[in-house]
Amino acid sequence: MTITTDTQPVLRPHAEQLYAHELAALIATDDLPRPPGWRMSPQAVVTYLLGDGDQISPKYIGPRRLMEVAVATLATDRALLLLGVPGTAKTWVSEHLAAAISGDSTLLIQGTAGTPEEAIRYGWNYARLLAEGPSPQAVVPSPMMRAMQTGAIARVEELTRVPSDVQDTLITILSEKVLPVPELGNEVQAIKGFNVIATANDRDRGVNELSSALRRRFNTVVLPVPSTVDEEVDIVARRVESLGAALELPAVPDSIAEIRRAVTVFRELREGITGDGRTKLKSPSGTLSTAEAISVMTSGMALAAHFGDGVVRAADVAAGIRGAVVRDPVSDAVIWREYLETVVRERDGWQDFYRAAREAE
Amino acid sequence: MSVHLFGIRHHGPGSARALAVALAELKPDLILVEGPPEADELVALAADEGLRPPVALLVYGTQEAEKSAAFWPFAVFSPEWQAIRYAVAQDVPLRFCDLPAAYKLGPRVAKPELDEEHFDPIAGLAEAAGYEDAERWWEDVIEHRSDGLSPFEAVAEAMTAVREQHPGIRYDLIREAYMRQVLRAALKQGHERIAVVCGAWHVPALAEPLPSAGADAALLKGLPKVAVSATWVPWTHGRLAHWTGYGAGVASPGWYHHLFHAADRPVHRWLVRVAGVLREQDIPVSSAHVIEAVRLAQTLAVLRGRPLPGLAELTEATRSVLCEGDETRLALVQSRVVVGELLGEVPPDTPAVPLARDVAAAQKRLRMPPQALARDLDLDLRKPLDLERSKLLHRLRLLAVPWGQPQERRAGKGTFWESWQLAWQPEFAVDLIVASAFGTTVAGAAAAKVAETAAEADLPGVTELLEACLLADLAEAQPAVLDALNRCAAMDTDVVHLMSAIPALARTLRYGDVRGTGVDALIPVLSGLVTRVQLGLPGALSGLDDEAAKALAHALDQVQEAVRLLTDRLELRDEWLATLLGLVDRPDVTGLVGGRMLRILRDEGRLSADEVQIRLARTLSVGVPSATAAAVVEGFIGGGGLVLVHDEALLGLIDRWLSELAADSFTDVLPLLRRTFATFAAPERRTIGQRVRNLGGATARSGSEQDDLAGLDLDRVAMVLPTLKLLLGSQSE
Repeated sequence: MTITTDTQPVLRPHAEQLYAHELAALIATDDLPRPPGWRMSPQAVVTYLLGDGDQISPKYIGPRRLMEVAVATLATDRALLLLGVPGTAKTWVSEHLAAAISGDSTLLIQGTAGTPEEAIRYGWNYARLLAEGPSPQAVVPSPMMRAMQTGAIARVEELTRVPSDVQDTLITILSEKVLPVPELGNEVQAIKGFNVIATANDRDRGVNELSSALRRRFNTVVLPVPSTVDEEVDIVARRVESLGAALELPAVPDSIAEIRRAVTVFRELREGITGDGRTKLKSPSGTLSTAEAISVMTSGMALAAHFGDGVVRAADVAAGIRGAVVRDPVSDAVIWREYLETVVRERDGWQDFYRAAREAE
Repeated sequence: MSVHLFGIRHHGPGSARALAVALAELKPDLILVEGPPEADELVALAADEGLRPPVALLVYGTQEAEKSAAFWPFAVFSPEWQAIRYAVAQDVPLRFCDLPAAYKLGPRVAKPELDEEHFDPIAGLAEAAGYEDAERWWEDVIEHRSDGLSPFEAVAEAMTAVREQHPGIRYDLIREAYMRQVLRAALKQGHERIAVVCGAWHVPALAEPLPSAGADAALLKGLPKVAVSATWVPWTHGRLAHWTGYGAGVASPGWYHHLFHAADRPVHRWLVRVAGVLREQDIPVSSAHVIEAVRLAQTLAVLRGRPLPGLAELTEATRSVLCEGDETRLALVQSRVVVGELLGEVPPDTPAVPLARDVAAAQKRLRMPPQALARDLDLDLRKPLDLERSKLLHRLRLLAVPWGQPQERRAGKGTFWESWQLAWQPEFAVDLIVASAFGTTVAGAAAAKVAETAAEADLPGVTELLEACLLADLAEAQPAVLDALNRCAAMDTDVVHLMSAIPALARTLRYGDVRGTGVDALIPVLSGLVTRVQLGLPGALSGLDDEAAKALAHALDQVQEAVRLLTDRLELRDEWLATLLGLVDRPDVTGLVGGRMLRILRDEGRLSADEVQIRLARTLSVGVPSATAAAVVEGFIGGGGLVLVHDEALLGLIDRWLSELAADSFTDVLPLLRRTFATFAAPERRTIGQRVRNLGGATARSGSEQDDLAGLDLDRVAMVLPTLKLLLGSQSE
């Protein structure tokens, strides 16, 4: 499908553009009560996210209850915090929630270590500030401020990467629904419909934990990793294929067995138990997310295509898997070797992987 | 004359509440309850305040061959319990009207109906109402109602409709025939208002007009007769949650208990309780949290189209707001609040349980009468009778009935002797009732209890249980314990923990055969454990303080001992010693541990005398702090000075190091050295002293054995050999 704006095709259209017809269809048939400032009822938002098996395509594949809690949270005008390891569709869900509820998913603040307070409150147009002095015209509103003024959903990505003092500017906004502008002696009061969706990584290192005061103002929804091996293999396989195509790697046939193996290793170590449920394992410090499995498989394919015979083998992925598992050179290395010796060595058909992994030590 | 049918759901708080109201209104002069008629006489005990739910009716076969038992658990929110309480309070006769338990407990031959799939009527109704989850539908329409309107007529109507489609399995039909017979008999006796409390499913079958008595009698003809007895046993909410034998286990007894007791605002009260439990764990939960949780639960209920938030919505709100997405906190809430930790009680004059009978029978058989006065008993395990006695005592100890206390061994030497002190205390009778929930025989109950304990124990605990299993000869509990052991070993990151589990396992494996227990399953577990230790050991050797170093050195000794013990059963020795060999030269190994490893390798012959000397000399040279050197010496010669007596080169090495120490360093290491040498026996110390005096003297010999042989007169040595052979009893030439 080709999406074009007025003139040029964009690389990635916003959710509300891409799914405009679904949103319109839902709004047209929605006769349930809508919370003030919402474009559709909470029930319709849940349908939009999970699909109805007919006109509406599913955006999120996972437990229904999670989406219900997320939507109910926003309906009680509490802020929503989506937690999860990378690759669990946090950003994706937040974008679609904003698109469905406010029809606008662009009020976005990207959290980084360098996010300043102005990104959450407001900045100044210094030329005007110098020429006219402080005036409403000299204020440059942040996405947050615009969301408050229009009664829309503001999104904060990677909230835990934002420095703690900047995070805490959210407290007043979330509890009082007000953004004071002391320089002008006035304030911006949020219009009904305003709310905040934040996303954060819960197993990341080097992040700024939310203060308890801020944490208390959020309802938390943890988005899980895919629930079955098959589901995860499917996600990895599709993604690897599309990445391979984008990188224009030579086509590599029949790598599904190695994908399944990598996903199995990742899942078993992540969950701390073998797939058959018989042996408990220690979990390493890394996140071992689906996203990492994808990158391991992509580099394995590149290795096989450029330096091997074009078929992905255990040796092409073993080193990559070890690299993803062993993040802490001491404790993770022990966990990895324990896994190799107690699980992999005994497993039927895994001898090639065992040997390759031992060689990669 | 009228019959009132109350179709309830077992363990349904809404049903219980409605039933209590309905009974108070109806004032029946007879109550019939779905339950085992064998327990009729036990109803009176419910008047005793000492009988506190959750409790269960236990019906068990009394004949030796039939050791089966069935339980009917009741919580305070069970409608049956409410009926019983009403009956004893108002002095109304109450009878159980289900098919006698004897039918189920009897021989299982020719009763295919017991295996038939039971149709879930509630699932059928829920599906008709458009609910995916049957529990939730029933909760919405029955259990969550507090409007006081009687639901029984509607339930009866709905069930009648369902039964037109699904007539019921044969077992149900037999049961209902019996229920009708009881009802007919009651009518004949002239009762005016009869209340029948039974599962909603059975209501249509008992409705008037009753079918002809002849057909029912034909259906019931030739029911097997088994001698059974019944009693009350204490139950727990936890077991109620796992129990499925009654056809209706409840996943959340704590929630139902709350629903039954909450006067009003069940949602608010529930979340306040959850907050209280979290606060007890020092998790900060403010009232604002609770307010937001209530709002979220209510919004979710609206979103899902439910009349009131149910447990599902409350759990979501708890997870999302009160627990801030943290699953471990939620798990705490699940076990403490949703299931709850309520333990029932039974009064002391409750009839004896089958377990107590089994104990009494064993006491008689083994000629060990229970006596309050403490007496000593020595058992020789080579005799079958004594072995049986030992097993009984060990099993009872596992069931928390410490009739026998193990004593220090007095009589004789050898592993086949056991000494006990026996004293029977009256409260053991109550302990046996508590334990009877685990099973009806001592062996069965002990095995079940061990399996349950093992599931929650940590590594040292599991190891102990495993040894206990061996002593008590509980082969059937062993798989569960081994599972638990595997789990603990995988999760335990403390190498010393892992190591200290090994000796017990090795002992079990080595001596298990002596007692005739199968222990082959231990082999993979043990070798897995040694593998884990070998992998974990490198990370555990450095940066240890005195205490930790001592513990590790001790653990090394124990593993070494265990590995040696098993040499002929399990080849772990080479691998283990190779691991040590690879580690002994690491410079950062804590002194005491390093010395210990050196000693083990020397004793096992993996390092020659010369190699040991080089390593010790290196440690005892000027570049190494004197305290570290002293620790290595302690580790190396600790626990036996003979090595110094026989290896003069080593002695010389230590002697030279000691004499070359600077004055202040000498003062530093003196306490350490004193501690080391003080552990030697006096003759050892004396011999070492003599050797030191002669060191470097004209008569001094070098340390290696070849040199010793060179100085011997072989002819004279040969003269002693025949006598030696005689002494050692050697047969070979």
